[in-house]
Amino acid sequence: MSRADAPTAETGRRTRRPGGGPRPRKGWTARRRDLLAGYLFVAPQLLGSVLFVLVPLALVFWYSFHEWNVLVGSFEFTGTANYERLAADPALPGVLAATATFSAGLVALNLSLALALAVLLNQKLRGTVVFRTLFFSPVAVTLVAWTIVWRFLLQDDGGVNGLLSAIGTDGPNWLRGETTAMIAVIVVQVLKNVGLNMVLFLAALQGVPHELYEASMLDGAGRWTRFRRITVPMISPTILLTSIITVVGSLQVFAQIDVLTGGGPGTSTTVLVYYLYQNAFQFHDFGYGATLSVLLFAIVLVLTVVQWQMRRKWVVHED
Amino acid sequence: MRITRRTMVAAAAASPIALAACGGESDDDGPVTLRVTVWSANEDHLALLNGIAEAYLADHPEVEAIEFDPLPFEGYTSTLTTQIAGDNAPDLAWILENSAPDFVTTGALVPLGDKLSSTDGYDVDDLVPAATELWRHDDELYAYPFSTSPFAMFVNNDLLAEAGQPTAAELAASGEWTWERAVEAGAAVRAQTGADGIVIRDFDYSGWDNLSTLWTGWGARPWSEDGTECGFAEPEMVEAMDFMHRSVFEHEAMPGPGTTADFFAGEAAMTVTQISRAGLLEDAAFAWDLVPLPAGPAGEYSVIGQAGIGVLAVAPHPEQAADFLAFMTGPENSQKLAQYFPPPRQSQLTAEVLGQANPLLSPEQLQTVVIDRIDEGVVKPSHTGQAQIDQAVRAALDPLWTADADVEGVLTEVCAAIDPFLAR
Repeated sequence: MSRADAPTAETGRRTRRPGGGPRPRKGWTARRRDLLAGYLFVAPQLLGSVLFVLVPLALVFWYSFHEWNVLVGSFEFTGTANYERLAADPALPGVLAATATFSAGLVALNLSLALALAVLLNQKLRGTVVFRTLFFSPVAVTLVAWTIVWRFLLQDDGGVNGLLSAIGTDGPNWLRGETTAMIAVIVVQVLKNVGLNMVLFLAALQGVPHELYEASMLDGAGRWTRFRRITVPMISPTILLTSIITVVGSLQVFAQIDVLTGGGPGTSTTVLVYYLYQNAFQFHDFGYGATLSVLLFAIVLVLTVVQWQMRRKWVVHED
Repeated sequence: MRITRRTMVAAAAASPIALAACGGESDDDGPVTLRVTVWSANEDHLALLNGIAEAYLADHPEVEAIEFDPLPFEGYTSTLTTQIAGDNAPDLAWILENSAPDFVTTGALVPLGDKLSSTDGYDVDDLVPAATELWRHDDELYAYPFSTSPFAMFVNNDLLAEAGQPTAAELAASGEWTWERAVEAGAAVRAQTGADGIVIRDFDYSGWDNLSTLWTGWGARPWSEDGTECGFAEPEMVEAMDFMHRSVFEHEAMPGPGTTADFFAGEAAMTVTQISRAGLLEDAAFAWDLVPLPAGPAGEYSVIGQAGIGVLAVAPHPEQAADFLAFMTGPENSQKLAQYFPPPRQSQLTAEVLGQANPLLSPEQLQTVVIDRIDEGVVKPSHTGQAQIDQAVRAALDPLWTADADVEGVLTEVCAAIDPFLAR
């Protein structure tokens, strides 16, 4: 900054303000060229973000103040009518409860399983590479294909119950019971994505200096104490990162619900994004769909800010 | 770092100037291209449609091309409405019967009456009134029901014989072809062969409107004729659904929720579906028959599934589209379409015309199952705001599909769930 703000020798010779102060040169200084090059480099990304993120976001807010029925061809400004409808929507409490159950279940199961797998597969044992690949491979599978296969496996006469009956247990009709359907949707999603968090945790674990463990062992710390006092604090930034992306991802679940349960049985697995989809794309009510999107946006924003703020309390290196 | 206005301008200028290039298709006087959304990607269907389009293009220089754009059947209406919302509406669209009221009564379609009656040789009076009823609003026709296909029962005679049951044709001949008897036969097949009994195709404990192929036999209906009163809690419906419930959970004559059985793969003794599925039996390894739906307590009946084609009000070229629709559905082309889709024209509802399309079906089968039934057929349920009602009924019906369900209680809840929508 200071170099560019200071008058160059050339500037000093050629231009003087009436007040006598130096004035920056209008030509192409090296700094300006650097700046321009920088902006040119970020321009495509910036333009993409504006076009495909900011503009749609603004439009969603705008649409949420309208009644927009595509079939009828109506688009009328209705003020806060959609928000009043949102506040009085009798289906919304159930939808939010299903969303909260799904998110809580998914985040808890995903993070604990990912961490457990990462710790297990961080040992120097034969075959860990095979297992790492095995647990990570679902991440690379197409989501819908993965879910369709699970739909077959979870049928009453499907593979999961076949396996259970082989060991002498009768499994439930997974996708037809309200509780079992929710469990099934959560587990299918966890198995799909747990590998990603596992890899992130693995990388973090491998970054923990070995001397710390050696020192603590000399001090007589057991396996659990070492995990709690050294491992967890040292990888806490990764725990923060994975929890934020998992929470945000859990709130955006759609394809799994659509393929596995269609929001049922009853409305037990109708989460917010699925309800939004129903209103906008099945009931042709884009205005109310946009209002639900704004609600979703607000929820994601609040949860992310809360997690970010809480990091000071438990993430090491964040003082 | 300071961001000066000039650098911002430079950054903006560096970006592709693509924005300015964005814009709709130019609407000059040159030849136009018509786009038609359909849900069939069947090559034979598309070849037939393209053949009709080519014949039209030969005489109509104002139209340059006609594109048939197959969308997946799953979510067809959602995709179509999303295209409309995205300012990318097709000119013509196939419309499913269950969304017919939403399209017909809302001004989403262009009225066709004047165009059709002013087209030489169209013969509007040949259209069967029962077939066009769903597609009319205030005495005006908004879409042409190019496919009007009754539901019927396909029967696997081998499985019935294996279970020691008479064939459906034998039961029909002796006047015993009733739901009660069909379920008895289905239960016997299940108990003795392990295959499933009766599959109401596409129901799958979700597509409840397919159950109209059963409850109509009890004289039940989901809502009153004017669409304002719920019919789910009426005695006829309770009786029909109780019958269905017992067939599934007590007699095990129908596969339960979460299980699948494909009749056409020989996994079930009977299935309720439309005749267009007969093609799946071309290489069937079992003896089969096609018979009308069994009689219910209210007597014999039939249920029709329909598909219409209409011109969207927001179509880029509505006039040319309406003209093509009149050409495509006139007597000559209607006969060609009859190869795959039973036509709504009285003069073409003959075993001979329908036989061209369905070589696997005998003239008797076509006569008893299709021709005799189109006039009196009840069209599958539909209502304005069908998607919301559909969703509400599905969710409220879910508790019915457990062994210990309180049928009447669940159906009362269904009415409570859809009353607000019916009242609109």
